[in-house]
Amino acid sequence: MIWLALIALLMPGPSWAGEARPLGDDPAVEERLKHLAVELRCLVCQNQTLADSNAPLAEDLRREVREMIVKNMSDKEIIDFLVSRYGDFVLYRPPLKSTTTLLWVGPFVLLVGGGIALVVALKRRGKKVADAAITEEEHRRVEQLLSEGVKRS
Amino acid sequence: MSRFFLPLAIFGIMVGFLAVGLTLNPREIPSPLVGKEAPAFSLPQLHEQDKVLARKDLAGQVWLLNFWASWCSGCKTEHPVLMELAKSGAVPIYGMDYKDQRDEALAWLSRWGNPYQMVGVDLEGRVGIDYGVYGVPETYVIDKQGVIRYKQIGPVTEEALAKTILPLVKELQAK
Repeated sequence: MIWLALIALLMPGPSWAGEARPLGDDPAVEERLKHLAVELRCLVCQNQTLADSNAPLAEDLRREVREMIVKNMSDKEIIDFLVSRYGDFVLYRPPLKSTTTLLWVGPFVLLVGGGIALVVALKRRGKKVADAAITEEEHRRVEQLLSEGVKRS
Repeated sequence: MSRFFLPLAIFGIMVGFLAVGLTLNPREIPSPLVGKEAPAFSLPQLHEQDKVLARKDLAGQVWLLNFWASWCSGCKTEHPVLMELAKSGAVPIYGMDYKDQRDEALAWLSRWGNPYQMVGVDLEGRVGIDYGVYGVPETYVIDKQGVIRYKQIGPVTEEALAKTILPLVKELQAK
């Protein structure tokens, strides 16, 4: 019985259990749309891409992009079309401009600053350890404690 | 005392950034179209479907273009302000019925009042995309040369009207 069940599981499923049919008919167009839509922001639900969003505006914009792809416009032309209407905000990756320098460079500045702070702190601590003088009495006591520890183990 | 100074300073800076961030509205995305020519359109009118509302027919005057819809709650919010403005006759308002159903749009206007000189029908939202509309209501101030001078995102409030839109309209009309 177990064997029968296993064989039944291994049988290929019915072929109609495929993916949902894409809205457009041309798979090449849909492929380019998918590729572009993940780079573009939905302006209604701002943390979603055009590919993810179900907002009516996102649907309209996907329709526009699809039509531009069918018209054989280049990716740059399509993106320029959207940026001229909605601004750089429509791009998920902001372009490097004078207004976005801090955005792009900021994390690296913080990283370098953190690194410098760490090095300085470690050097200071190192000096403190070296400066800590111990007396003859303390040294003897440490030796004694260490040798006791060896005996115990 | 000095060991507390640095963490406190960093904390203070962060609080400053967050405080400024809280006063910004992330839904207000500056439009790249301000200062550019208003995109052309030519669409059937809402009331008389065989007539056309076209941007080029509106040249030579300062006018407002208001994107609205009967399904949009913000449009109901700004509606009394637009009615007052229309009554004052300070500036003509043209409506753009955005992705709406004709009978519902007509019913909405006859129920609440019609502040518009004319209303165009943007059934598929294509003119909306040309104007960079991402949520109705949005209102554009367009000058005599057909250049967009200001975009109001969201409802036109009495404050926005008195402080920004009307002074701008007066300035543009005097030119």
